[in-house]
Amino acid sequence: MIGILDYGMGNLRSVKNSLDFLFLENTIVSNPEDFKNITHLIIPGVGAFPEAIENIKNGSFHQPILDFAKEGNPILGICLGMQLLASFGEEVERTAGLGLIPGRVILMNPKDLTIPHIGWNGLSYLKAHPIFDGVKKGADLYFVHSYYFKTENDNNILCETTYGDKFPSVVVNDLGNVVGMQYHPEKSQKQGLKILENFSRMEKC
Amino acid sequence: MLKKRIIPTLLLRNGRMVKGINFDNFRDTGDPIFASRVYNSQYVDELVFLDIDATNEGRRTNAKIIAEVSKECFMPLTIGGGVSSVEIIRELLNNGADKVVINSAAYTDSDLIRKGANRFGSQCIVLGIDVKKEDGAFILYKNSGRTRCDISLKDHIKNMVECGVGEIFVNNISNDGVMQGYDLDLINKVTDLVNIPVIACGGAGNFQHLVDAYKGTNVSGLAMASIYHFGDNNPIRARAHLMNNQIPIKSV
Repeated sequence: MIGILDYGMGNLRSVKNSLDFLFLENTIVSNPEDFKNITHLIIPGVGAFPEAIENIKNGSFHQPILDFAKEGNPILGICLGMQLLASFGEEVERTAGLGLIPGRVILMNPKDLTIPHIGWNGLSYLKAHPIFDGVKKGADLYFVHSYYFKTENDNNILCETTYGDKFPSVVVNDLGNVVGMQYHPEKSQKQGLKILENFSRMEKC
Repeated sequence: MLKKRIIPTLLLRNGRMVKGINFDNFRDTGDPIFASRVYNSQYVDELVFLDIDATNEGRRTNAKIIAEVSKECFMPLTIGGGVSSVEIIRELLNNGADKVVINSAAYTDSDLIRKGANRFGSQCIVLGIDVKKEDGAFILYKNSGRTRCDISLKDHIKNMVECGVGEIFVNNISNDGVMQGYDLDLINKVTDLVNIPVIACGGAGNFQHLVDAYKGTNVSGLAMASIYHFGDNNPIRARAHLMNNQIPIKSV
């Protein structure tokens, strides 16, 4: 059972629609007790970092997420949900994140290119991970963001994407059960759905 | 590298899809949900829905269509027409929209843009602007092209960028439905003013028009409607033509 974290930060519906479309059992996690019933957790999210973290704390989700991760259960952070995995964010003001993957979230600086980075862009794979099984190499995915996750250690980067400079577009923790992706798989058509399907098949580490 | 986008636009009227010429003489072009399904199967990059009567009829944007389409089309969905309050933005996003287009309300309520960008993020607030070329100058119009606005293109865009819009959707009414190509001067003028992505609409009549606009401007995405409604064309052929002309297009 995949839980979709509802912490008041946007587009749960798209994630739920995509899981429903794939016939993957899912439920909205709207209070801490719901963690008992799930095997996988998706942290979606659109919006600003400080408000998101505050909502996670106010909803008493902080510790359950850390415990869920520590137990080796699969977690997928999407867009802002990915950025929240970092040690801290620098959007608006410096704010502590969930700290599941060492790094910080900073503003993109793509020289003369436009911000936000909106549209379809590709991935270059630095490491193998089951979440990309059967995903077409060179496939483009849908990005929409102005900040990015600057990891502290290169070994936490699964994929990079080039927009002006290269930036980490998929990150993973050392154990391999917590994955964050900057693009929206639920908005990336066939290849994105394949990634979500792979996530549902990830096993407890 | 970031790809250039192909964005079919669906104009909504009374639950149907329509298309006109110069924002007038609308013809029925089918069922918008069925059309969205077809576009989805053709791997378009995004869909834009514009409820063209909502502002003039003083009603809320049709959110139902987004709720339906988002159940089966897994790509970015943008909707506009009658977006006049934060509450409407919230309703549209909750129904599955990723972005909303704000056009008429932006002229009188810059606070709406500011609040929308602060609450939901700049990335989901798209400024819609409709322009007519009159005596060589670009004049802004609101209410689906019915009301002339006094503010200059440059001032309006500067104000709105300051308020936090994340993208601009610009249409040249004079070119709309005429299928004689995009207004490259207008596109260049807008892209020169901002550092956010610009989507241009109005004028695509053949695939070379897309190539001309991508080669002649820094536009991020091109929106189009008539080209698919009134000809033997589809997004797959558009994609092939762009690829053959070395325009970077999404790999599927």
